[in-house]
Amino acid sequence: MSQTHRLSQGGGIDRARELTFTFNGRRYQGHPGDTLASALLANGVSVIGRSFKYHRPRGIVGAGPEEPNAIFQVGTGATTRPDQRATQVELFDGLVASTSARLGFDPLSVNNMFARMLPAGFYYKTFKWPATYWPRYEEKIRAVAGIGESPIEPDADRYDHMNAHCDVLVVGGGPAGLAAAQRAASAGARVILVDENPAFGGSLLSGRDAPDNHVDGRSNRDWIANTVAELAAMPDVRLLTRTTAFGNYDHNFIGLMEDRGDYLGQPAAHGVRHRLWRVRARQVVLATGALERPLVFGNNDRPGVMTASAVSIYINRYGVTPGYRAVVFTNNDSAYGTALDLHAAGIDVAAVVDVRRRPSGALAAAVRAAKIPIHDGCTLIKARGGRRVRSVEIGRLSGEQLTGDRWKISCDLVASSGGWSPVVHLHCHIGSKPVWDDQAACFLPGADNPGQTSAGSVTGHFNLRDCLAQGFERGDAAAAAAGFEPTAGTAPSAPAAGETMPIRPFWLAPSGAPISRGPKQFVDFQNDTSAADIALAVREGYESVEHVKRYTALGFGTDQGKLGNINGMAILAATLGKSIAETGTTTFRPAYTPISFGALAGRNAGHLFDPERKTAMHEWHAAHGALFENVGQWKRPWYYPKDGESMQESLDRECQTTRTAAGVLDASTLGKIEVHGADADRFLDLIYTGARRNMKTGTCRYGLMLHEDGMIFDDGVTAKLGDNHYFLTTTTGGAAGVMNWLEAWHQTEWPDMDVFFTSITDQWATIAVNGPKSREVLQALCNDIDFDRDAFAFMTFREGTVAGVAARVFRISFTGELAFEINVDANHGRYVWEAVMAAGAPYGITVYGTETMHILRAEKGFIVAGQDTDGSMTPMDMGMQWAVGKKKTDFIGMRSLARPDIVASGRKQFVGLLPTDGTVVLPEGAQLVDDPQAPLPMPMVGHVSSSYHSVTLGHSFALALVKDGQSRMGETVYSPQPDGSVIAATIAGPVFYDREGARQNV
Amino acid sequence: MFQIDCPWCGPRDQQEFSYAGEGGIQRPQDPSATTDAEWADYLFMRRNPRGMHHEQWRHVHGCGQFFQVTRHTVTYRIESIRRMGESAAAGGESS
Ligand SMILES: [Zn+2]
Repeated sequence: MSQTHRLSQGGGIDRARELTFTFNGRRYQGHPGDTLASALLANGVSVIGRSFKYHRPRGIVGAGPEEPNAIFQVGTGATTRPDQRATQVELFDGLVASTSARLGFDPLSVNNMFARMLPAGFYYKTFKWPATYWPRYEEKIRAVAGIGESPIEPDADRYDHMNAHCDVLVVGGGPAGLAAAQRAASAGARVILVDENPAFGGSLLSGRDAPDNHVDGRSNRDWIANTVAELAAMPDVRLLTRTTAFGNYDHNFIGLMEDRGDYLGQPAAHGVRHRLWRVRARQVVLATGALERPLVFGNNDRPGVMTASAVSIYINRYGVTPGYRAVVFTNNDSAYGTALDLHAAGIDVAAVVDVRRRPSGALAAAVRAAKIPIHDGCTLIKARGGRRVRSVEIGRLSGEQLTGDRWKISCDLVASSGGWSPVVHLHCHIGSKPVWDDQAACFLPGADNPGQTSAGSVTGHFNLRDCLAQGFERGDAAAAAAGFEPTAGTAPSAPAAGETMPIRPFWLAPSGAPISRGPKQFVDFQNDTSAADIALAVREGYESVEHVKRYTALGFGTDQGKLGNINGMAILAATLGKSIAETGTTTFRPAYTPISFGALAGRNAGHLFDPERKTAMHEWHAAHGALFENVGQWKRPWYYPKDGESMQESLDRECQTTRTAAGVLDASTLGKIEVHGADADRFLDLIYTGARRNMKTGTCRYGLMLHEDGMIFDDGVTAKLGDNHYFLTTTTGGAAGVMNWLEAWHQTEWPDMDVFFTSITDQWATIAVNGPKSREVLQALCNDIDFDRDAFAFMTFREGTVAGVAARVFRISFTGELAFEINVDANHGRYVWEAVMAAGAPYGITVYGTETMHILRAEKGFIVAGQDTDGSMTPMDMGMQWAVGKKKTDFIGMRSLARPDIVASGRKQFVGLLPTDGTVVLPEGAQLVDDPQAPLPMPMVGHVSSSYHSVTLGHSFALALVKDGQSRMGETVYSPQPDGSVIAATIAGPVFYDREGARQNV
Repeated sequence: MFQIDCPWCGPRDQQEFSYAGEGGIQRPQDPSATTDAEWADYLFMRRNPRGMHHEQWRHVHGCGQFFQVTRHTVTYRIESIRRMGESAAAGGESS
């Protein structure tokens, strides 16, 4: 039998079935009900990894979320998961796990021999300079320190989110939580009870089946089964196991992560691997329990040194003994229970070492009766042994010091208990500070958060009877606070606790040598932080617990210091000569245990990450070879390459055809808003820089919108559809923001105005026909609009039919060519689009995408808000004074245009740039300087905002923002490039083509 | 994650809302009559109190209405919620 440490009886495992698993390439057997940790211990595996900094051999220390060492990679390929606590990984057949660090002799363990050269802050000090070397150091450090690997293949599993509401959420299904849930549910409250373990029962599951564990006269397991069955039968109770409440957020919002797949190996067919629950609860009962602290002594990281409660859990829950000759080391009563558990399992308990003199109390009496030797008033000085503890050195204490009297006991297991730390994490997530309690020697939850209370050992009550009574009472109180009448009943009863002896706080075992000379006394196993590191941090001037944490890395690991933080803070306090209450704790933040990215993302991944918006003509574009670009959520055709064309060849063709014949753009994505109401004129006058009040029905005006600071944030065309009725366009990406802007001003500043806004972007399809032949194309499709140059003037619109479909046709131009924009019901968009293409065929009409649109508009110096402006440009900066109403007395942003900073010289101004070498296209975003030979840091005078090659001009050109650029025409600026080259360009006006604007007025 | 009691729709999750800046900031009646300092104060200066804060929120993924919230910036407790134009004291319409 390879399960050398499996007890012949006991535990909640299914001995009839055997599971095979692989750890670091070796096959082992376990049973259903095992965790990966219990199965490894059953197989006698003591070294499970190497430590982070010194590469010391490490073993399993705990049995739950506090485990710092047994952090494994589980699974392979796309579903491999790093950072899994073996103590919480349920065993399944075929499980594959590994540690990332090598076992056996490890060349890096030489670090250990030079340990004194690797004190706290070593990496900070050594690898700090020169700064440019840091990436190289970091790479080396990361390579040896790796704690896991992320999967590199796409995640094939599903994850989802569930929103839930309840009257009472109970976190923790131990005795207190079960009692609370039972009470709240019996009062009629909707209850959710969650527990991170596969089964409810909490501490009851880790105790022996002994009369002192009985509840209501039943065995602990019977009582659990009965209570859970009762709860499950109630219609408004939801029971969630394998579900961790990882975060407590404001207004009683709790985040839960439910495992629905990891424990099986694979999620069920069509199931999810993890589910994120977003729970809003009227009342919350935190019954989160307590975690045991180890004692800190020399070489306390040797495999075989564990917490006492973990030893009890392995024996009682899994039928596994982590060793065959144990020494129990304690400063309180609870570890005596572990001595009795070991004894009952037939394991030799060599000694109980208690730092207290003459331990009294019922448990100590029972240990004495079992003839287990008690070494009172003594401490462990250090453990001996390499890959496994072989013996311990014990010394007699006088106060906090050693008397000099020392002896050795051989053992292969040390079970230590330094007392219990309530799991106050959730209580503290929303800002509450825990309160140090000298009596219980632990931090307790402070004042209750609104709508929340705590019950059970998290409140410092460590005996079963008190926990049950408190759970019962807090369950009633939570139901009452949620508006339910508690029913009659009495709390579940447990035997009275026997006589107890108080804990003696004992934070650091003396070694008889200065702290930096003795054997290492580890506080944080995962980060290799020792007591000496904390002392060093204090010597170097660190006093705040938050700073010491960052300097020593105490509590920085994936375990977040669940095991070691309180010990570390107490050692810090003692070193500083302060009390623990004065030193305080570091901040508790979500997540309590790590949660998966998959759970956070849920279904918001892949194509569901963000909605894709497509125009009515999208499928036509796709069928005609369009390449698309994302503009906000929209998919817009970018350009349409024809057989074998390069991108530039496509653009040249699209540009040339549009300038010489006709081109069509799908402009449906432009934001469209209708504005109605008696005060629409007055309101739009305040929104736009230009006047709207004197517009005539049937006309259009270009307009700029400014923020109140005077900076351009959007632009578009306003059309007056009738009295008190306007139609405005916005940029494609700015539509939602403009809508919000209009609503904000109306609702919060001018609520008395009679004005309404309706988004109609999706309801209309827009087909922009540009080019000298655009009139002919429209005339071929429309017989009820007069397209005569004077009858249908520039910047007006007409209503009629195009291809038989009711349409509004605007004579506006974003290319500088004669142009018409056809707006039709989006449902007819593709039909009209195809009609336009057919009508244009005799003229050689082309379709063009956003890239050609940009070239054509930039040749004309037309800006794109958000590309040529970046939230720091005024209309004057952009040379657009013409768009500002001279006679207006007010509009949003107007007053700011007179601010001293805005009228001062030295502002960046909008200009054109002509590269000296017309074959070179300046990169957009490139910085501009006056003297490329200037010493660093080189003064920058501007940047390129738009830049293209123009087939029409026969050379490249750019738009840019240059300090005082409008008065620097003809001067040369330079753009140093990352490859060391420098591009020279001459400053010019921003209009490169048809400066007089003749082409759109034909 | 707050729960915000929209005065038009009732209690909803924070993710349905967007923050809309400090509340109670009045745009000067005649901006052109303000000094540069007065205008800069209106434009840029915002309170950042440790304690009660008057804010505007918008139920952007709901009714679309802006409303006023008084919230404690340490405890995040929402002390009161009012429609635009409702005064804090009376809870009724003010002119
Ligand atoms: Zn609402």
